[in-house]
Amino acid sequence: MRHSTHLTFWLRAVQAGLLAVAICFSLGATDASSRFNDLGHRMMCTCSCAQLLGECNHVGCPESGRMRNELSDAIAAGKSDKEILTWFSAKYGATVLAAPTAHGFDLVAWIAPFAVFAAALLGTILLVRRWSVGKTQMAAADTSTMDPAERERREQIRRETGDGGF
Amino acid sequence: MAAFGSFALLIALALAAYNLLAGTLALRLIATGQPARISPERLADTARRAGIAVFLAVTAAAFALIWSVFSNDFSITYIMEHSNRALPGAYKFSALWSGQEGSLLLWAWLLGTYGFILRLTHKTDVKLYAYAGTILAGIQVFFLSILCFAAPPFALYRGAIPDDGNGLNPLLQYPEMVIHPPMLYLGYVGFSVPFCFALGALMMRYPGEKWIKVTRLWTMVTWLFLTAGIFLGMHWAYAVLGWGGYWGWDPVENASFMPWLTGTAFLHSVMMQEKKGMMKSWNVWLIFSTFLLTLLGTLLTRAGLVSSVHAFAQSSIGTWFVVFMGIVLAVCIFTYVLQRSHLKSEHHLESLVSRESSFLFNNLVLLTACFVILWGTLFPVISEYVVGNKVTVGAPFYNRVAVPIGIFLLLLTGVGPLLPWRAASFKSIRRNFVLPVIAFWVTAIVCLAVGVQPWKDGAFDTGNFYALVAFAVSAAVLTAILSEFLRGAAVISRQTGKNLIVGTWLLTRRNTRRYGGYIIHIGVVIVVVGLAGSAFNRNTESELALHDKLTIGPYTLECVGFTQDSNLNYNSEYALLDVYKGGKKQFQMAPEKRVYLITGQPQTMVAIHSVPSWDLYVVYEGTNPDTGQPIIKAILNPLVGWIWAGLVVLVFGTLVALVPSLSPSTASLRVPARTAPTEPALKGGHL
Repeated sequence: MRHSTHLTFWLRAVQAGLLAVAICFSLGATDASSRFNDLGHRMMCTCSCAQLLGECNHVGCPESGRMRNELSDAIAAGKSDKEILTWFSAKYGATVLAAPTAHGFDLVAWIAPFAVFAAALLGTILLVRRWSVGKTQMAAADTSTMDPAERERREQIRRETGDGGF
Repeated sequence: MAAFGSFALLIALALAAYNLLAGTLALRLIATGQPARISPERLADTARRAGIAVFLAVTAAAFALIWSVFSNDFSITYIMEHSNRALPGAYKFSALWSGQEGSLLLWAWLLGTYGFILRLTHKTDVKLYAYAGTILAGIQVFFLSILCFAAPPFALYRGAIPDDGNGLNPLLQYPEMVIHPPMLYLGYVGFSVPFCFALGALMMRYPGEKWIKVTRLWTMVTWLFLTAGIFLGMHWAYAVLGWGGYWGWDPVENASFMPWLTGTAFLHSVMMQEKKGMMKSWNVWLIFSTFLLTLLGTLLTRAGLVSSVHAFAQSSIGTWFVVFMGIVLAVCIFTYVLQRSHLKSEHHLESLVSRESSFLFNNLVLLTACFVILWGTLFPVISEYVVGNKVTVGAPFYNRVAVPIGIFLLLLTGVGPLLPWRAASFKSIRRNFVLPVIAFWVTAIVCLAVGVQPWKDGAFDTGNFYALVAFAVSAAVLTAILSEFLRGAAVISRQTGKNLIVGTWLLTRRNTRRYGGYIIHIGVVIVVVGLAGSAFNRNTESELALHDKLTIGPYTLECVGFTQDSNLNYNSEYALLDVYKGGKKQFQMAPEKRVYLITGQPQTMVAIHSVPSWDLYVVYEGTNPDTGQPIIKAILNPLVGWIWAGLVVLVFGTLVALVPSLSPSTASLRVPARTAPTEPALKGGHL
């Protein structure tokens, strides 16, 4: 009973945490300079330097200056983030985007890590709970026929070894 | 020298093949007890000696290549492509690992060195070492075959021999490049040894957990090398690439990080096997996976499978690696299926809240992180294969997916050591966690008060949010670890009458593994604090004429001169900048741009002034072609120095953990001399 109360508490705490993170991610930057910075970090420079557009500064880069100007112009023209990314993607190809998009097959890229983690976490929790229940039943069966002195000695050992080494 | 080197490699291959075949035959004969014309024990010993000779032959080949670099022997294609006459001596040495053939030779040499040590120390456990040495010989055969047939480092240049070589890639002409690759390779190659022991122990159904104790030293040293190699690579990227960062989630960076994650998971979960006889299959597969990931990393680097700034030109050796990985995986699966009854756990977990389960969750998170990185690295290939559309998976993906996992892992770093073995009572949890929880909230409130706020100007800042959480969790973890130290030191202090500092020293000496581990965790916390600082980076860029000024944070940079320099290797131009703080001149910086004569390639040499609170990072970006004036970029990177300081603590902690514990109960115990294992001890195998 106490176990399930604790579990419910932790599950709620995790849910609250996930909700907070989700709310955080749903908000976005608003002013022009932060939009420029944000979008510049969501695209790659196409000069093969493998750097983000917002960070590409290598000597004599033939692409980043022009791409930054295009980005500034698009922001000044009042285009939305989605429109800007779509425009760049159409002009330079899908590889200009620094991360997969959130639709189509790209969505799998985002879902898989969390799905794997959730499945592994759930599997581990269920496994440990099954083991612990089995252990408790075995211990109950074991101690029911035990004399009180022996039970007390075992409890003492458990208490004293409970805080063992690394 | 080319002929000498080539013959040395061929001889090494023949010796390694003999080691593999004779070793396998000997172990088979011993296991089955079949009569043979030659004593299996003697045959096994000849195999071992052949393995020692492999080291000598590969050393001769490596020496031949280094000699050829220093003697400017441009008749060898590799030397012609990766060196030139004006190249400074230290960088000539690093030419050994600047190209594919040379780095494979370095791999083979390090593998030979590890094998040499392993075979010399075989008396620790003759039979286990015979199995491990034979498996290692199999790996050596693979690498030496590549060197002899697919990527020969001594291939001769076809046509007229040029007077000078093409020179070394300018990016590699930096002091850390002399240390970083060998360090990383020591880590990569080193994981072959625990793999061989794990596979060997499973093949022979090694009784008990002694093989883990035998391999612990190997695993920890290897892990230490890999850790140092990764950090040195980060520092190189920071100081040379000139973009102000240190980790770009490049596929090759990821490739080095993945075995580090599984290796770290192994180092933790192996304690469960030692103490409780649990997670045996898990541990075996962790070390198998770690070895396979080192091969995968090499495959990614060599085969051009994914786009990377590190990748060598695409070549046919990718196929070799795919085939070898297939063979290794098949051997691992076959052996596991055959011997899995030997890996039954002796105990199960009793509670979700216990030290055991914290190890389990730690492993879960480390492996999830490894999966995320592998997934992100391979997703472009998968996407192209499935929908015909190649995509980029860069920093934004990893920052969103891997950073939360990293923070969760950091949290476990603090929580795990506070939980008792078997099961934790609510009382003990409350007692152990009260201080860390207070530290968490106090730090969070202080951070919010000084401006580390996720919401700024009505907008949410993900970087600030993660930084806030990272600082608060770091404080909690640090408090947890320090309170563990203090609790133990106080007990020792009371027992011995010494002060707390001496008590801490004695405590650490009595259980170096445990407290060395805690020091490593402190190092991790320091590194995380440094990484979190990146959320507050600032930068500015400007053309600077003479006596023009540029302000960033508390610093004002005044341009006081431009100058040029030249030597046989490169021409350089640099700016001289006086740096003022609070109106007073503090120091001078000289960011530089070099153009290497032989390749014509430009290279940035960043000027960095580092203090604990931040790095002032100044880049000379070249001159504006219209005005002719230099462009200077200044970046203020908060807390970067903490990352390198964290590495020092991490290395120190690992060294402490490697030192044997001082055990008062055995210090005065007289132990009868142990007889060395004899050859008959080899008998009784099960495969």
